Amino acid sequence: MKTIYLDNAGTTQMSPEVKKAMLPFFDEEYGNASSLHFLGQKARERLEEARADIAKCLNCLPEEIFFTSGGSESDNWAITSACREGERKGKKHIITSAFEHHAVLNTVKRFEREGFRVTYLPVYENGIVKVEDLQNALTDDTALVTIMFANNEIGTIQPIEEIGKICKEKGVLFHCDAVQAVGHVEVDLQKLPVDMLSISAHKFHGPKGVGVLFKRKGKRIESFILGGTQEMNKRAGTENVAGCVGMAVALKEACKNLKENNEHEKRLRDKLFDELSKIPHSRINGDRINRLPNNFNMSFEGIEGEGLILLLSDSGICSSSGSACTSGSLDPSHVLLSIGLIHDVAHGSLRLTLSRFTTEEEIDFTIKEVKRIVEYLRSFSPLWKDYEKGVKKHVI
Amino acid sequence: MLYNEKVMDHFRNPRNVGEIEDADGVGEVGNAKCGDIMKMWIKVDKEKMIIEDVKFMTFGCGSAIATSSIATEMIKGQPVEKALELSNKAVVEALGGLPAYKLHCSVLAEEAVKAAVKDFYDKNGIEYDKEKFKPGFHGGEEEVS
Ligand SMILES: Cc1ncc(COP(=O)(O)O)c(C=O)c1O
Ligand SMILES: [Zn+2]
Repeated sequence: MKTIYLDNAGTTQMSPEVKKAMLPFFDEEYGNASSLHFLGQKARERLEEARADIAKCLNCLPEEIFFTSGGSESDNWAITSACREGERKGKKHIITSAFEHHAVLNTVKRFEREGFRVTYLPVYENGIVKVEDLQNALTDDTALVTIMFANNEIGTIQPIEEIGKICKEKGVLFHCDAVQAVGHVEVDLQKLPVDMLSISAHKFHGPKGVGVLFKRKGKRIESFILGGTQEMNKRAGTENVAGCVGMAVALKEACKNLKENNEHEKRLRDKLFDELSKIPHSRINGDRINRLPNNFNMSFEGIEGEGLILLLSDSGICSSSGSACTSGSLDPSHVLLSIGLIHDVAHGSLRLTLSRFTTEEEIDFTIKEVKRIVEYLRSFSPLWKDYEKGVKKHVI
Repeated sequence: MLYNEKVMDHFRNPRNVGEIEDADGVGEVGNAKCGDIMKMWIKVDKEKMIIEDVKFMTFGCGSAIATSSIATEMIKGQPVEKALELSNKAVVEALGGLPAYKLHCSVLAEEAVKAAVKDFYDKNGIEYDKEKFKPGFHGGEEEVS
């Protein structure tokens, strides 16, 4: 059976070029980048090249790039540092959005438990925060604003430039989780007034377990992982040279072909929307226009997402859902609830996320399979029968 | 693997799917809010008090579909009294196990059977031991939002 991989917001396949660039570091070039001997020096050079390459793609300085173990660590680090600094200055207020990734939400919640006040900005039906809401929420004791660039479930893109401008005017630190955006849409750190930004390599065809925290020069940051003097004395731990080099190659590839990749993904994604919107009583989740070009998210009334995912998987199609049963809890995804979906509709959601490797044949096959499986699951759904018989009113 | 082969088999090829037009008892449990609804129809041979036929429909995850499917197999052809003894534990065992966080779905299968039998008893004026429908049993009473 052919694998049709449409879960690229979850993780991506590593590009062949990335793999090739990483391989030498597992046997020949295994030096510790902090060692003085030639093997160590060589590793150091490659690491700094990777840092410079990444900085160039993002239009920032190499010394603003700190390597981490991934998006979660970058988020934890940025928020923790900002809150500790805020605490020292007596500023104990955080502004974030209702639908951040758990790496952000759970870190913010820790500080909330420790006495911080937190404003969760609403994201409305279109899945986009309103700049006025931010303006109204900002106070003299706001220590940090942390808003994601693009949402991982519904792909909606936030007004980061405007948010950054407002924070800059007010002198409030602004962190942005750009894990879903970097490598997929343009992220230019000269244009974007963000102070800190999180990146994860495995979301753009790089390796897992490596990421970056960008920190603008002149802004303070406190260490999070303590130990040796690596990463300009800010992040301890023997450097993951293979991972960092892999990430740099992946980002260079992604940025080089950004426009073509975007157009390719968007065309196929729009085909999914157009075709699957024909399924009666379905809805698109999140703004249709202002979203990542590779993100598709819809709900189908009367079915539960897990069954759909498992049957698609039987056909070789990898997808995901925000239903409760796939989240491992009794509640469906907080993202879908935050845009106002009632539980029934959130349970019936399907997320398909494309990549530059996705082909038209794969999309055509997926459209056929989703239509078939939704119809099949509805055929024995008591909820759907009640809607059809008019016992209950359709909700979408 | 999330589910074992037996669970996947019942999920992929659910037995006794559908509805019985002239059912003697119908039970519906769960609600859309928590993500699982099961509806079960039974046809009873009133002479022998045996469940002649049973059908189900389920809105829910893989384990909800699999547990309702195997529950219908377990009670079909059985005396009504015996069906009442079907426990969620027996259902899970018959399936060869479920992940811990999916056990709540198996509770619904037990409750769906009980709700259908209770409906049959009520419709036919048959006295029954209320104890058998113990607390936690919420056949059809929960509000569907
Ligand atoms: C928006 C967002 N933030 C953070 C993360 C966490 O990144 P990582 O898996 O590299 O820890 C993810 C990935 O799931 C994400 O989508
Ligand atoms: Zn379930």
